Amino acid sequence: MDTVIRVSALRMRYGPFEAVRGIDLEVRRGEVFAFLGPNGAGKTTTVEILEGYRRRTAGEVDVLGEDPARAGPAWRARIGVVLQESQPERDLTVAECMRLYAGYYPAPRPVGETLELVGLAEQADAAATRLSGGQRRRLDVALSLIGDPELLFLDEPTTGFDPSARRAAWDMIAGLRALGVTVFLTTHFMDEAEHLADRVTVISDGLIVAEGTPGTIGGRERAAAEIRFTLPPATGLADLPPAVRAALADGEGEGRRLLLRADRPLTVLGPLIGWAEARGHELPDLEVRRPSLEDVYLALTANETAATEVP
Amino acid sequence: MASPKSAPPGDVVRLALHQFPYDLRAFLRNPQSRFFTLALPVLFLVIFASVFGGHNTVKVAGGTIDTSVYYVPGIIALGIIGASFVNLVISVTAQREAGVLKRRRATPVPAASVIAGRALTAVVVAVVITAVLLVIGWAAYHAHIPARTAPALAVTVIVGALSFCCLGYALTSVIRNEDAAQPVTQAVMLPLYFISGVFIASSVLPRWLVDVGNVFPVHHLVEALLTAYNPHTTGAGFAWTDLLIIAAWGLGGLLIALRRFSWLPRGG
Repeated sequence: MDTVIRVSALRMRYGPFEAVRGIDLEVRRGEVFAFLGPNGAGKTTTVEILEGYRRRTAGEVDVLGEDPARAGPAWRARIGVVLQESQPERDLTVAECMRLYAGYYPAPRPVGETLELVGLAEQADAAATRLSGGQRRRLDVALSLIGDPELLFLDEPTTGFDPSARRAAWDMIAGLRALGVTVFLTTHFMDEAEHLADRVTVISDGLIVAEGTPGTIGGRERAAAEIRFTLPPATGLADLPPAVRAALADGEGEGRRLLLRADRPLTVLGPLIGWAEARGHELPDLEVRRPSLEDVYLALTANETAATEVP
Repeated sequence: MASPKSAPPGDVVRLALHQFPYDLRAFLRNPQSRFFTLALPVLFLVIFASVFGGHNTVKVAGGTIDTSVYYVPGIIALGIIGASFVNLVISVTAQREAGVLKRRRATPVPAASVIAGRALTAVVVAVVITAVLLVIGWAAYHAHIPARTAPALAVTVIVGALSFCCLGYALTSVIRNEDAAQPVTQAVMLPLYFISGVFIASSVLPRWLVDVGNVFPVHHLVEALLTAYNPHTTGAGFAWTDLLIIAAWGLGGLLIALRRFSWLPRGG
């Protein structure tokens, strides 16, 4: 498969502090790749090296067939960058910002069409600095798309959004896939990665700690399922079938709301349901779930030492 | 961060000319820019010429001129510096801290085009301010518009504006954030205006203050403009020594800017 980004043994040192400690990455054409990690894990440093803003200390980096540290305008015309923090151009309208940036590229997309793509067509004549937070982010995305990039970097695109603005942004990002754009998404929202990404890589303390699809990362698909229910009235633990009692999680046998863990949930659910039906119990709050991506992520990054955020 | 694979020179010029009208439009739409850069020099000329003008005269090379007439080239210097130095430092620092420069850096636009496009705006604004002040001087204070020395005046305005742009980019590179830009530029320029013949004629200043002012480019810009503007000047009115000193300061600024200019926010 066509590889768009290939990184091997990447290291970045700021004085005595090593922010990135030898990582490998591979991003394939057309996928949405999520790069997750807590603040200070080396996420932004890595992205800024891939974007060509920073020079690495060591390692190999190939983005669209070139080394970003040495790439020129022709390479920049093939990428789009949405920065974590950037404000609109002052004293220009949305359409003027777009035309300014369109002029930077050899073969830009049409301005009107690009504004429609991000849902800003109505605001074309508004002053860019008058836009709401969500609209500004849309303008950032529109500016990053105006050059018709093959590869788009989105650095924490929905930080500070309310839930509905986040949903709208997700729809927009999902729409980029239809354009055939490869997306390198940085985020610390697990639901965002789960919703958008084809593949996920987690960085913690300068090292890659897990890679996979949102469904399999960190052995998530093999992890024990959690089964919860409340003991029906007038029953006790001793009344439960042995298979159910054996699955009780440690220290969870005290209250009436029980937590069971099972690698093969049917071996527990079968006897439990048979027992409940035979005695006419409803078990109305029965719940079965896999660990969420967030649970996996928190477990993976739990050993993170208090790393300092590097500018 | 200069890219080793740079754009062809034709692209640099074409994209600088693409950038220029957007920067100019943004400048004209900004109320602070309009007041401090366009209106304030006019206000200063009217105030200084009214307070100290009248029947007073100032000694200049070759004779004397009315004090109100003397203020025209001095305030032109202030106008040029306001457009090419003060306004540039404030707006470029703000753009850097807002991430605007960083975002532009991710596009194929060459660094030189962004820098030159903004400098072109500064030069055009400086030329416009000069023209406005010349007309006011002519209409209100009967100062002549120097046709014979016009080329010298034009060259001085452009050399001055370009040099102060370079100094502006140099100063921007050491200012940490947007809030510091305004006070720092004023702290640098206000004392220099006083000792360089902008607000007070050099002929009435103590010798040592003039000597201090002599070191800095503001004084030489005022002198070069006065030479081109002074009706007693014989010849074409080019103050070559002053122009050379201004250009040397500009070159020094350019060297600092090339080494230190940052596209990424400092966030200090």
